[in-house]
Amino acid sequence: MSENMRLFGSGHGACPGCGLPIAVKSVLEATGPCFVANSTGCLEIISSQYGKSAWGVPYIHSVFENAAAVAAGIEAALKALGRKDEGPVVVFAGDGATADIGIGCLSGMFDRGHDVLYVCLDNEAYQNTGNQQSGLTPPGSSTTTTPAGKVLPGKVKAKKDMPAIALAHKARYVATASVAFPRDITRKVKRALEFEGPKYIQIHSVCVTGWGIDGKQAIPVARLAVETALYPLIEFEDGQLVRVRKIKDRKPVEEYLKPQRRFRHLFKHPKGKEVIAELQRVADENAKKFGLDA
Amino acid sequence: MGEKLRITLGAVSRPLESLKIKTGDWGAEYPVVIEENCKACGDCVVYCPDLCIELVETGEVDEKGRKKKVAKVNYDYCKGCGTCSVVCRHDAIKMEIKEIYKG
Ligand code: SF4
Ligand code: SF4
Repeated sequence: MSENMRLFGSGHGACPGCGLPIAVKSVLEATGPCFVANSTGCLEIISSQYGKSAWGVPYIHSVFENAAAVAAGIEAALKALGRKDEGPVVVFAGDGATADIGIGCLSGMFDRGHDVLYVCLDNEAYQNTGNQQSGLTPPGSSTTTTPAGKVLPGKVKAKKDMPAIALAHKARYVATASVAFPRDITRKVKRALEFEGPKYIQIHSVCVTGWGIDGKQAIPVARLAVETALYPLIEFEDGQLVRVRKIKDRKPVEEYLKPQRRFRHLFKHPKGKEVIAELQRVADENAKKFGLDA
Repeated sequence: MGEKLRITLGAVSRPLESLKIKTGDWGAEYPVVIEENCKACGDCVVYCPDLCIELVETGEVDEKGRKKKVAKVNYDYCKGCGTCSVVCRHDAIKMEIKEIYKG
């Protein structure tokens, strides 16, 4: 058995090519033994079915909204029992659990200043129930609750800026990462753990079924999200932007959108051009705001 | 006191029980490592979502006296997603169609 496999194992139920296990093992690579609280979502479904747990570390699934509160409780208990040396407390939560359903508990955890690493696995919709939009679904994405039709070209509203929300809570370390760069995830988690207090890392994680791509396209598509600046990789320490992943020859957003079924309608829908222009504007703004262009 | 508190509530799973679930029959394709191309960079290991690639010693030593390693796939769990073949920068992994899906 490989080192990695002692903390999170093969035999889990993720779709072939899924990004979630890549994110999870890259995080665990940095944390080593730790305490995991996981909200309801894809990761919970694929890894914690009774009698089929893929976890080699203490793991708890409670409900959809309260992983941050459960983690806060674990952290407080470990502190009270003098057991802080047994490993960090880590939350794994999906984008829906983070940006919509669990945002209250997350806000409370930040507010009370718990020493918890909160990892948002962002596959940009409620994917375990079959692709319903969340606050982190990008504009233009066709989901079962924002289907592209005669009138609407998929989701209309913007992607919620969760890193900014974490920063507004004065979370000590805030970063974004991508499954296209697993070693970067590991490095960021190591860095995050040097800070005592709440930490937030949001990892862009490919969903092959929800995004409508083949397993072989998973990593190339995730890479394109970064190379178009639609998913900027940024790092804040105590509120200051300290590092970004620079982009050489930034690509137009169409290159990222085209291979994915969830955006396919944009290339023929009457309002498609407008949405693509809006996404390009978001990418340009990201590049400018964070100084991404190399 | 002094003893660790042990309370069992609700459903408790044992660690790594997923290893019983052999997902190796999911895919229609499987990866083949071309050992002479493999540089043992470990990229495929880092990316494989099913944690089923390891670097193993070949038994040979290189010019500098270091033990040579190559990527080895555990087909008990490989789902044939093809990620390893895409991320390998040394053309050392090819996807093949399983015999039963041919023709
Ligand atoms: S990515 Fe390619 S070269 Fe690197 S270890 Fe895997 S098979 Fe070998
Ligand atoms: S095909 Fe997919 S599951 Fe199989 S070894 Fe390669 S990356 Fe892992």
